[in-house]
Amino acid sequence: MQPFDLAASLGVVAPEIGLTIMAIVVLFLDLQLPDSQRPNLALVTFIGLIATAALYLILWFPVPISTAVAGLGVQEGTYWGGMLRHDALAQIFKVIVLVAGALTALIASGSTGVGRKGEFYLIIIVSSLGGVLLAGAADLIMIFLALETVTIPLYVLAAFRRDDRRSSESGMKYFLFGSFASAILLYGFSLLYGFTGQTSIAAIAEYLGSEPFSANSVPVLIAMVLVVVGFGFKIGAVPFHFWTPDVYEGAPTPVTAFLSVASKAASFAVIARFFVVVFPEGLVLNGQEIASFWVQLASVLAVVSMTLGNAVALAQKNIKRLLAYSSIAQAGYTLIGVAALSAGGQNSIAAIGFYMFMYTFTNLLAFAVVIVFSEATGSENIADLAGLSRRNPWLALTMTIALLSLAGVPPAAGFFGKFFLFQAAVDAGLVWLAIVGVLNAIVALYYYLIVVKIMYVDHGQFEEQVIPVAQPYVWTLAITTLAVLLLGTFAAQPIFDWASQGAAVLFVRGL
Amino acid sequence: MVPLWMYLIVAAGMFSIGVYGVLSRRNAVAILMSVELMLNAIIINLVAFWRYVTPTNMSGQAFAAFVFVVAAAEAAIGLAIVLAIYRNRRSTVVEDVNLLKG
Repeated sequence: MQPFDLAASLGVVAPEIGLTIMAIVVLFLDLQLPDSQRPNLALVTFIGLIATAALYLILWFPVPISTAVAGLGVQEGTYWGGMLRHDALAQIFKVIVLVAGALTALIASGSTGVGRKGEFYLIIIVSSLGGVLLAGAADLIMIFLALETVTIPLYVLAAFRRDDRRSSESGMKYFLFGSFASAILLYGFSLLYGFTGQTSIAAIAEYLGSEPFSANSVPVLIAMVLVVVGFGFKIGAVPFHFWTPDVYEGAPTPVTAFLSVASKAASFAVIARFFVVVFPEGLVLNGQEIASFWVQLASVLAVVSMTLGNAVALAQKNIKRLLAYSSIAQAGYTLIGVAALSAGGQNSIAAIGFYMFMYTFTNLLAFAVVIVFSEATGSENIADLAGLSRRNPWLALTMTIALLSLAGVPPAAGFFGKFFLFQAAVDAGLVWLAIVGVLNAIVALYYYLIVVKIMYVDHGQFEEQVIPVAQPYVWTLAITTLAVLLLGTFAAQPIFDWASQGAAVLFVRGL
Repeated sequence: MVPLWMYLIVAAGMFSIGVYGVLSRRNAVAILMSVELMLNAIIINLVAFWRYVTPTNMSGQAFAAFVFVVAAAEAAIGLAIVLAIYRNRRSTVVEDVNLLKG
């Protein structure tokens, strides 16, 4: 264990400290500002979260031990008594969560029942704080606490519109399923702690690899299955997806957008770290290779999530439900990367990182359009999107870009996202999984294109009524569209390389 | 002294009762209580493991304490949400809460 260095340790949690300060500032501003000024809190939150991400990238970025330069950056390693890892993998997921929180604040500003309440922004910030912690968590206690810091605020957010029956119903369903899943996950953690006597994931791995433990595989497998079930709930993978469509439909739309990207990205960060570190390739207990067991588990989850998500999405009438089932399928695609983790190594983690990065922008773009549309028309039905291209051509165009990116069509970012994932699967020898993924992408293309067709070809009743787009939404749409297009073209390689550094941390340099 | 496996059996039994309660109960408050039962089983597990496996290292106790804290936070949020549901519909039976069909 390294000696405690306060300056470096504080640098590691700089984003967390920044978010805590912001939460307090927003709370005070909420008390002080007159009602008419409240929507400005969205701007404060947006700028604060972006500034936190920027400062983190400029001042406290992780520096690999071998290339330490005096001055900026904090040396990569484990801090706070083994609780937190500071490395490139944590860095990319922290940035994803912060960006998702910032853009959510912006798209919430004009949303009914949400945008004028200061506490909404406060809770978004607290939930982002949990996500940021989760990205770096390296200890069972920290993983559990961070996971709960992400989800407990999300329960509140889902039920945020107390007077709206659908919102409170969505909150209740999310809470019941979420707390049940947390308890199952925690039982798995308690068993892991009991078998090894350690809570730090690196120490657990060390103990599992040691001689006295090598005869026991069944208890470890039980613990692993419990943990997979718990994480499966959090990312909404089939067969643990029951809550997803209802919660997505009932929650206020900005909340849906946030929970579909931030909590999912942070969960994937911890899944990748947890499984690669605790159950690495080559770990053999009682003659059974443990890694191959979770590869099979992840492959099965990936296949059923993709297939069921896409198949059910075909029949949806409500755009938020469609996006919910689409997000189940997207979780399935990302699980391909998880299945490729042990054999595909570095590329698969980089693929997961890139996928989550581009998925954040894509999904926020789609939900931003849904918010603008439903605030103007009061409808969330896909059929009511008819003639959107004539009511507001820009809105229809941005929605098309978002849907094409979700489907994985070239100029948009989704193409490279899927390409990297399938490539990782092929590298790992899981060719069949890549083929299932491609077939699913074709099915998915169908229902995404149906929506595009309705927007451009079909004629609606209110075609002469132009849909106005308020200022914050113009910014959000511009930022996310630009990001989606750039990630699909010039920025794909640099971001993938950045994600690869995170992968290198886990595989090459070790913990 | 009572052997470790007895504690583990009690904890596993409590956890299973909790799972059964979550899956079979129809009242949201009863489901919440079942989840609390599951969390209490986990706390027994953690403390028993701490006492028998690593009595010198306090991380098991710390883990148990954090589980208490989170369980309390969860119960507070959960009851608040159930209360909001009750004000809207005069019922906390989960099957009556069915505007959104999955």
